[in-house]
Amino acid sequence: MAYSDKVIDHYENPRNVGTLDKEDPNVGTGLVGAPACGDVMRLQLKISDDGLIEDARFKTFGCGSAIASSSLVTEWVKGKTVDQAMTISNKDVARELSLPPVKIHCSVLAEDAIKAAIEDFKKKRAARQAKAS
Amino acid sequence: MVKLPIYMDNHATTPLDPRVLEVMLPYLREDFGNAASRNHVFGWKAEAAVKKARQQVAELIGASEQEIVFTSGATESDNLAIKGVIEFYKSKGDHIITLKTEHKAVLDTCKRLERIRQERLDELKALRLSELSGQDVTEDNLAELAAKYDVENDAVYQKWAERPTGGARVTYLDVEKDGRVSLEKLAAAMTPKTVLVSIMFVNNEIGTVQPVAEIGALCREKGVLFHCDAVQGIGKVPFDVEAMKVDLASITAHKMYGPKGIGALYVRRKPRVRIAPIIDGGGHERGMRSGTLNVAAIVGFGAAAELARKELAEESARILRLREKLRKGLTDALDMTIINGSLEHRLPGNLNISFAHAEGESLMMGIKDVAVSSGSACTSASLEPSYVLRALGVDEELAHSSIRFGLGRFTTEEEVDYVVELVVDKVRKLREMSPLYEMAKEGIDLKSIEWTAH
Repeated sequence: MAYSDKVIDHYENPRNVGTLDKEDPNVGTGLVGAPACGDVMRLQLKISDDGLIEDARFKTFGCGSAIASSSLVTEWVKGKTVDQAMTISNKDVARELSLPPVKIHCSVLAEDAIKAAIEDFKKKRAARQAKAS
Repeated sequence: MVKLPIYMDNHATTPLDPRVLEVMLPYLREDFGNAASRNHVFGWKAEAAVKKARQQVAELIGASEQEIVFTSGATESDNLAIKGVIEFYKSKGDHIITLKTEHKAVLDTCKRLERIRQERLDELKALRLSELSGQDVTEDNLAELAAKYDVENDAVYQKWAERPTGGARVTYLDVEKDGRVSLEKLAAAMTPKTVLVSIMFVNNEIGTVQPVAEIGALCREKGVLFHCDAVQGIGKVPFDVEAMKVDLASITAHKMYGPKGIGALYVRRKPRVRIAPIIDGGGHERGMRSGTLNVAAIVGFGAAAELARKELAEESARILRLREKLRKGLTDALDMTIINGSLEHRLPGNLNISFAHAEGESLMMGIKDVAVSSGSACTSASLEPSYVLRALGVDEELAHSSIRFGLGRFTTEEEVDYVVELVVDKVRKLREMSPLYEMAKEGIDLKSIEWTAH
């Protein structure tokens, strides 16, 4: 199966690979997928107290399309607000990378990873506020 | 500098040996005759060439030329052997024993025979219920009537169901952890209705060599026919139909440096094995496989068989040395690698290895100048990894992380060195990118995490 140039570019030069401190109260971590299915994505977002995504890092176990999908969303979410990031859909990812139908699930995972990371951040913040009050 | 791309997928197919091509060429040019033309020199020449090739193929497996039936390839040979035996011996029994790790050409043929039997039984059931109830049996009332008259335990239906159905019942045996069949389990699966055991010589994914001689002896003792899909092992590991007591064997030319589109089924003469044809027509190949013979391809098959026979010992030793160099190079440099299937009972040119936490398809993308295969089926609609690795009990993640290297006659030492260096580098890169590798290194048990399956 032939990959699109954009998938190959992200695969060969992945953006923002790495790990943020998951204990940092401003870091939200999303871990989605399953090893048995052949894809696991971990997306970490560093979010300021006023809801701006300052940094993003990923690590992905999966095919080239899964790696490219996660690399792409790290680029997209940086500098966005949490609310803006929540509007990124898998369709945008699939379109940008010209994913074939059998690879659509990779873009779905990328969307799920954003939502999971933000969810984790919100949970942490709520827990912190509950403690403070 | 090594020449790219590198071919290391010799289980999928092998390149045509230039010496084989040379022998074939006249039969694609001036010697184009039909081997069945008995009245002129064109036919005689073709017939003589086919006869020679038949002897060459027979000699490779310790058979006689009258026992070789040329087919279009191993898929057809497997179909012919299994369907041919089931049809011919239908009054004797209809039970087949095979392995879960067989090639699809065997498994899907067995599944079709099971379906045929089931459809026939369903028809008989409807007929009997119609008799009992005096009503027309339709899809709507079938279940209700079947329950009311307890048709499964009806003596008349049971008697009908014992008659030949044209299909078969099939046992798909599990394999042991190393990929080999247990002879005890095979013996235990045999019933008075068992007519055929179909077990491959060498597995196409993991290169596991089955104990064919022991299986042959057991089948002979029990009076059960033994079909062996010998495609992957022929010409690479010694195979002898007499010593191994094989009754039917499927072979193909393109896995042993011959042309594609030509194969053979070995059919034993003493004691005689009979099969019904699946292709009817002019009665070629002693009625077992009609159709004008593909003379040029058959000549190539014969030449490839002769080369394989003469060079087997030396070539296998050379390929095994290269395979071991590849294996050691990879496993010395990388941690968390697993060899899938028995290392001891293994095709010399096969290395099936899982690089934990580095996904197979993305690894193949990283080594795009090296042709290999992966047990990860991420490209297929099912998302299911290799059924062969699953049957061994290989963890699904490791099945997704597996790569099959197939070394062959034309693999060089420089290629192996290049591949080791490249694969080690790419696996390391993918692991740096892998959340699973990071977690495993931190000592987190990946099995303890609740994953969101999708």
